[in-house]
Amino acid sequence: MPKIKLAEKTINIVKEICAKYDNNEGELINVLHNVQAKLGYLPAEVQELIAKELNSSVAKVYGVVTFYSFFTMTPMGEFPISICMGTACYVRGAEQVLDEFKRQLKLEIGKTTEDGKFSISCLRCVGACGLAPVVMVGEKVYGRVSPQQVRKIIAEYQDGCPSS
Amino acid sequence: MTTSHYQLKRVDLIFKNENDWKQILSRSLKRDQTDIVNSLISSELKGRGGAGFPTGLKWKLTAEQEADTRYIICNADEGEPGTFKDREILSQVPLKVLTAMAVCGYVIGATEGFIYLRGEYKFLEKPLNNAIKEFENYCNDIGFHFSIKIFMGSGAYICGEETALMESMEGHRGEPRNKPPYPTNNGYLGKPTVVNNVETLVHTYTIFKYGAKKFKDLGVQYSRGTKLFSISGDTPIPGIYELELGMSLQDFVDEFGDGDTKAVQVGGASGFLVPRKRFAETIIGYKGKLTGISLPTGGSMMLFNSSRSMFNVLNNYLDFFQEESCGQCTPCRVGCQQLLKGIHAVKRGEKHASYLKKLIKLSETMEYTAKCGLGQSVANSFSSIVENFWEEMVF
Repeated sequence: MPKIKLAEKTINIVKEICAKYDNNEGELINVLHNVQAKLGYLPAEVQELIAKELNSSVAKVYGVVTFYSFFTMTPMGEFPISICMGTACYVRGAEQVLDEFKRQLKLEIGKTTEDGKFSISCLRCVGACGLAPVVMVGEKVYGRVSPQQVRKIIAEYQDGCPSS
Repeated sequence: MTTSHYQLKRVDLIFKNENDWKQILSRSLKRDQTDIVNSLISSELKGRGGAGFPTGLKWKLTAEQEADTRYIICNADEGEPGTFKDREILSQVPLKVLTAMAVCGYVIGATEGFIYLRGEYKFLEKPLNNAIKEFENYCNDIGFHFSIKIFMGSGAYICGEETALMESMEGHRGEPRNKPPYPTNNGYLGKPTVVNNVETLVHTYTIFKYGAKKFKDLGVQYSRGTKLFSISGDTPIPGIYELELGMSLQDFVDEFGDGDTKAVQVGGASGFLVPRKRFAETIIGYKGKLTGISLPTGGSMMLFNSSRSMFNVLNNYLDFFQEESCGQCTPCRVGCQQLLKGIHAVKRGEKHASYLKKLIKLSETMEYTAKCGLGQSVANSFSSIVENFWEEMVF
């Protein structure tokens, strides 16, 4: 991956967040959550900066970022689509729903559409097994989703966020 | 064979909200600490996360440890596939959980409590923080110093394991620690720590409120009280139900099945699959000298009817485990991958069916040698599915 140069503004955002947590290494995960919420993702250069600010090593920061599935090193779509692959969803056809999303958006898991709108990821049980199979777009939950509904769900977001 | 015909009894203790937490808290804070611990011990409440450690004993051990600081952590990293009870508890009766944490703090001598909230439950953070504010204000009013903070998880199943959870809170990769020392001696930041499941804490609230006897009158020997069950899969009535412990799986299926139930997975991916022929002899409760087989559970009950392929179910579990294995110890990291590869090789006919026996051996080795509950429990679902649905694995 080519090295990117961080903008002054980005550097300040990261530094501010680290300072908010007293540059304490033990708060690394909280720092990462905050930074990702601001920047959308955690590229290597940002991790280097965080390591420096917290007086930690890049290896340690990278180790944590790659351990937890919530942290991402590539930007996600504006409307991240997550398909639950927990057992209840899986046996009720989550895979077919996933395939339909992949087909409609011409997208692989973990990738983002060119216009930056959608990305697809798989989740391990969102705790809504009674509604299986479950799809989340952002924080909105769709229950009992069938492959036939996929087109409709995508359409809801084509022209920006739905009002409801 | 003896079958216990224990009727299925629905109970409503957990979600019944009489908004009496202030009374319960003030009343408990006037009691002697040892008195509270003894009543918890006599209630025979066991941890509801699945492992079933006696709650009273856990509090007692932590309280007795020499230390200047102690902590109470509420484990809300509910990640077992098919479990969704804690989410409901925290949405509906958060103040019961907070009260129980504070009483625990009073008993063990902790002034700080934490809720480790699953990343996927981010939407609960705000309402929970509001509840915490209300709660802390009241504590201040009555001159009791106790603060509660939420720590957001980041999407790792293994962090539900208590030592991995504490590693994660300290800012590290969520890799389990060696036990002993147990968290009661050496927990968060090296201090004695109680880690209790959300549901366990709510049960302590019930006990503070009604006394140990009322709790103990529910359930059966070794498995006292009630339990929340998260029921999903092929059932006409999925959802969360509070039932008395000690029911037979047959009674359960009669009530919740769709008439065509061929198997029930008790306890999620790390639990056991019970085929139809064993329903009558299986009791849902903690291990004890009960007749028949007793299965503990974190509360996940997933029903499968005859249209479901058990190969797909097993494939899903193994896929889950190999993804969620933290990679720290070899038996689990390599074992999960090999089991998954192995069942596919048999399915494709590249390996003889007898290879499944080797795989069962492998899963047993993992049970003995893996460092934590994740690797140790893969054998549960693996051997119970393969042994009972051998044909489906092969053909």
